[in-house]
Amino acid sequence: MVAVKKEGAIVMGEYFTLIIQIFQLPFMIRALIVGVLISLCASLLGVSLVLKRYSMIGDGLSHVGFGALALAAAFNVTPLYVAIPVVILTAFLLLRVNESGKLKGDAAVAMISASALAIGVLIVSVSETNVDLNSYLFGSIYAISNQDMYLSICLSVAVILLYLVFYNKMFAVVFDENFARATGAKATAYNMVMACLTAVTVVVGMRLVGSLLISSLIIFPALTSMRICKTFKKVIISSSAVGIVCIVVGIISSFLLDVPASACIVLINLTAYIIFTVIGFIKEKYSKEA
Amino acid sequence: MLIECKNVRLAYENHIVADNLSFSVNKGDYLCIIGENGSGKTTLMKALLGLKTVEAGSISHGEGLRQNEIGYLPQQTGIQKDFPASVWEVVLSGRINRLGFKPFYSSKDRKIAEENMARLNITNIKDKCYRELSGGQQQRVLLARALCATQKLLLLDEPVAGLDLLATEEMYHIIYDLNRQNGITVIMITHDVDRAVRDATHILHLHKKDVFFGEKSHYLECDTCRQFNQNEAESGHGCCKKGGCHCNG
Repeated sequence: MVAVKKEGAIVMGEYFTLIIQIFQLPFMIRALIVGVLISLCASLLGVSLVLKRYSMIGDGLSHVGFGALALAAAFNVTPLYVAIPVVILTAFLLLRVNESGKLKGDAAVAMISASALAIGVLIVSVSETNVDLNSYLFGSIYAISNQDMYLSICLSVAVILLYLVFYNKMFAVVFDENFARATGAKATAYNMVMACLTAVTVVVGMRLVGSLLISSLIIFPALTSMRICKTFKKVIISSSAVGIVCIVVGIISSFLLDVPASACIVLINLTAYIIFTVIGFIKEKYSKEA
Repeated sequence: MLIECKNVRLAYENHIVADNLSFSVNKGDYLCIIGENGSGKTTLMKALLGLKTVEAGSISHGEGLRQNEIGYLPQQTGIQKDFPASVWEVVLSGRINRLGFKPFYSSKDRKIAEENMARLNITNIKDKCYRELSGGQQQRVLLARALCATQKLLLLDEPVAGLDLLATEEMYHIIYDLNRQNGITVIMITHDVDRAVRDATHILHLHKKDVFFGEKSHYLECDTCRQFNQNEAESGHGCCKKGGCHCNG
């Protein structure tokens, strides 16, 4: 019994020193900084996207981002310089398609994202660049350079500031676009701001979690928070917190367990969702009985 | 004159739903728009709000009425049914038209939101979640939001749809008081012809491409108008031609 306890203590101690070591590794610090900022942006925007039934747009944009990154690698250009404008343009296009109603929104997104993914794969296989397909699709905590980190700091600060400035207008437009338009708000402009911010977040976050799983950063924290929170403000605050906690825990545990970070982050988000669902269920039952 | 429509033609998905529509709304009027499904009621309201352009004719605002001084109570959308927002957040968002370039609401905006919540008797549910309210409470919250946007003109799109009898009666009562006591001009779409005739001062009845517009008393007197009302096919009676009755009889 005593031996088991002692062994446990040693294991705990080892983990503790490992965690301290993590904060001395430059690539881990970069990954954590980028991760926290990106998940903050993603969860802020996610609340509006999920409520507006635009969840699929994040997914579509990430696939288009993959195509753009592959293109940039083939022509040997800095990836983000190609990916950001391409993805922003796609975001505007998707919004237009959604509003005009000619093609059903979800079908349009599915079509565009599959095509972009196919183009990306073709480019990667034809051009004989030494591109690691895996790291584009599933991301990598080792892929973040100093340049990526500075860029993502600037972009996320911009996203967060714009979000704060437009917070009240965004709420009115998301809750009831017709009312907002009728009383003179420029709803189309706010939708575009939102699409643009989402595009930037998706591209920057792709390096870390990959194009296949980036949309989970957008939708999970919002869905998780909506299980419990009953006001818009609380949902926003809670999903920022959930997003940040999940990505930090995800990155650290992926390093400790030596498994891909993106998969870890998504599964931890899923766990958080399940926990919140259970709490919400119990809360509701309790309040009904009370 | 608050709003004037001249020879307006409205189309919905390339179908003309109303043509040669002329009417005007004065300050203090209570206009009910009635007609079957697909007769262009909601399309007309969207045109009045500037959400839709008219195919022909013109809609003009008078008496210094600006676009951002119109209060609107739309039909509920699916998005709102599971939206996590407090009553306070929803009501305050009615002030969005006064934000301009400011990012945050002022204390004046908050005061007006509080006054309108008190006026509609929803102050006690201020912190409740919108999606957990009853249908009648939700409509009162949305009406309070619309009042935050205007002191002059309310446009209501079937405000009692889906409400039970008691809540319906209460809603009509609130709207009646807002019109008669507070002098707010009301334009309302409704299916309830009897109620429209009881409360309104003016009736606009859209029926295929025919239109009746006039004061309530003429709507009741006029033979052709009554046919509109009862949806009878045969005609043979002429229009009463009284007091500027505009029916096409």
